[in-house]
Amino acid sequence: MDDSLEINEDAVLRVMNLSVDFDVKGNNVSILSKVNFGLGLGETLGIVGESGCGKSMTALALLRMVPSPPGKISDGEVLLNNVDLMTLSQKEIKNIRGKEISMIFQEPMTSLNPVFTVGNQLVETILEHKDLSRADALKEAIELLRLVQIPAPEQRIKEYPHQLSGGMRQRIMIAMALVCEPKVLIADEPTTALDVTVQAQIFDLLKEIQAKTQMSIILITHDFGAISEMADRVIVMYAGYKVEEGTLDEIRNSPLHPYTQGLLRSMLVIKPDSSGFKMPLPEIPGSVPDLLNRQPGCPFGPRCSQATVKCRSMPPNFNLGFKRSVKCWLADNGRVE
Amino acid sequence: MSESEKTHTLLKVDKLKVHFELKRESWFSDKPVVHAVDGVSFDINLGKTLGLVGESGCGKTTTGRAILGLVKSTEGTISFEGTNLGLVPPKEMLQLRQRMQIIFQDPYSALNPRQTAGDIVLDPLLVHNIGNSKERQERVDELFSLVGLQKNQQLLYPHQFSGGQRQRICIARALALKPDFIVCDEPVSALDVAIQAQILNLLCKLQDELNLTFLFISHDLAVIQHVCDEIAVMYLGVIVEKASRLELFENPRHPYTRALLSAVLSGSPEIKVDRIRLEGDIPNPINKPTGCRFRTRCSYAKEICGELEPVLEEKSSGHWEACHFQTANNQ
Repeated sequence: MDDSLEINEDAVLRVMNLSVDFDVKGNNVSILSKVNFGLGLGETLGIVGESGCGKSMTALALLRMVPSPPGKISDGEVLLNNVDLMTLSQKEIKNIRGKEISMIFQEPMTSLNPVFTVGNQLVETILEHKDLSRADALKEAIELLRLVQIPAPEQRIKEYPHQLSGGMRQRIMIAMALVCEPKVLIADEPTTALDVTVQAQIFDLLKEIQAKTQMSIILITHDFGAISEMADRVIVMYAGYKVEEGTLDEIRNSPLHPYTQGLLRSMLVIKPDSSGFKMPLPEIPGSVPDLLNRQPGCPFGPRCSQATVKCRSMPPNFNLGFKRSVKCWLADNGRVE
Repeated sequence: MSESEKTHTLLKVDKLKVHFELKRESWFSDKPVVHAVDGVSFDINLGKTLGLVGESGCGKTTTGRAILGLVKSTEGTISFEGTNLGLVPPKEMLQLRQRMQIIFQDPYSALNPRQTAGDIVLDPLLVHNIGNSKERQERVDELFSLVGLQKNQQLLYPHQFSGGQRQRICIARALALKPDFIVCDEPVSALDVAIQAQILNLLCKLQDELNLTFLFISHDLAVIQHVCDEIAVMYLGVIVEKASRLELFENPRHPYTRALLSAVLSGSPEIKVDRIRLEGDIPNPINKPTGCRFRTRCSYAKEICGELEPVLEEKSSGHWEACHFQTANNQ
């Protein structure tokens, strides 16, 4: 079935066959291979996978921020309001970044400039995108800080990033990303560097803002707990491929790909009855494949306990229903995406 | 000393304090002091694991380092098998050090990039002058197979290993001198979930085989629940609650412990406890709040909390808590 047919017309963002290659010492290394997904209005899509699986690269490719050289987007379309971002000029894409699609990063300290005050950086962002006087921009900056629930914003705005805590800095980053009321917010591991109590605060904040503005969120993380907390739908990535897609419920309760199953099994959760003390955890043997020497066939094959002869050739994306697909021969029912 | 092996106390920490002095702000002012660890006491029995859990900046890592003498303790005593480590002459300390080791959080920065994996594991044996070169090589081979690495990987450099494999090298190095006690400082925090399981399984297996005693430092309650016999919850340099694993997770008492537990994102939606949301951040350890340290973020705080610092008391058998009130409704 054609992927484009099954994505709603009200999809804010549609990604088709997105591929990224890197040039490593003259060898062409495929980092991202034909990734497809759609993002609905007010929806949160979780992208989950181990480090190096291409989840951050997907986000960078969406905004055409793949470091080039050595990287390049070799194929694919990213449709935002039916405009293909890949065909825009540098100037036009610059207008999209921050205005239509914003991004927040993992480590808020490295994303803020240490020698300018928080207010200065916020005002600069506002002036870049809006035709306002400096005084009005400052007023708006204070409003934004209030929106992200920073206490005493009038004082905070005069402080430097090092005077703020990690959670506070991440709030500033969120405020900055919200300047133009973007349609899509890409959150790349937004809470990985934060403590659990602060992490919960940030997720509450994002959900609150989403309810107010109908913003769509792409949440990139390695933490299935965060996915469970935030996401409506989930994409599981492995070695640059989308290996499974489904609703949060489907992925969590009936995962089909052996990798997703392994990932869920090896995840530690707090058990109310404290069972399983020091019991061996089910582990996925080995480690992620070396992208420089890709072997033919299913990328997960060498680590998969259910691998068969068939897995020596690459499985296609089997389509199992509305926005539900899995890239594994076990799901072979003839319906190829 | 004690009646059986099981209750044999290996390590005893008594009122440990670690304060760091900062630069004074002007000539006539006092030096500001960071109260990183402010009176921490606990025992660890042989072959058991004590978990230290808390948010960043609560002093859990400093406690671990102070035990090994990697930072100087300001006050308090640390006894290892009944020997006060503060009174041991340096020569004997070198002997004792062989029996206490540490595994660090970040396996990327804990390994010398210019040494091969084999040399890294060999180093402790050279420093302590153990065996001849043939025996040392045999020991390194043995350690490599113990942690699940191949013998031929000894010639590789750290950058040629994945994160999980590097952590295995760190573990092999910590085990080289056949220690009794290991401080595991967030050993799996920097690793992917699938790899975390591998390393935790390895640590549990090694503890069983070698009868190791662990001080396990982590911010991740799920990891703590999986490996620790006893758990101490730290907040701003003090222990606010201490109990056995079952007690702590079934009947958490201190408001901070309950807030931590409810902030953990559970993978399953069925466990939806009433969230106790903590407002704000952990206060600055230079100007810690008067009285109870947690009162600035505690929803139960009353006047007395600002005046009197609660002490850690045994509220029920084996369950210690530092709070003026009975806030949990479990008893």
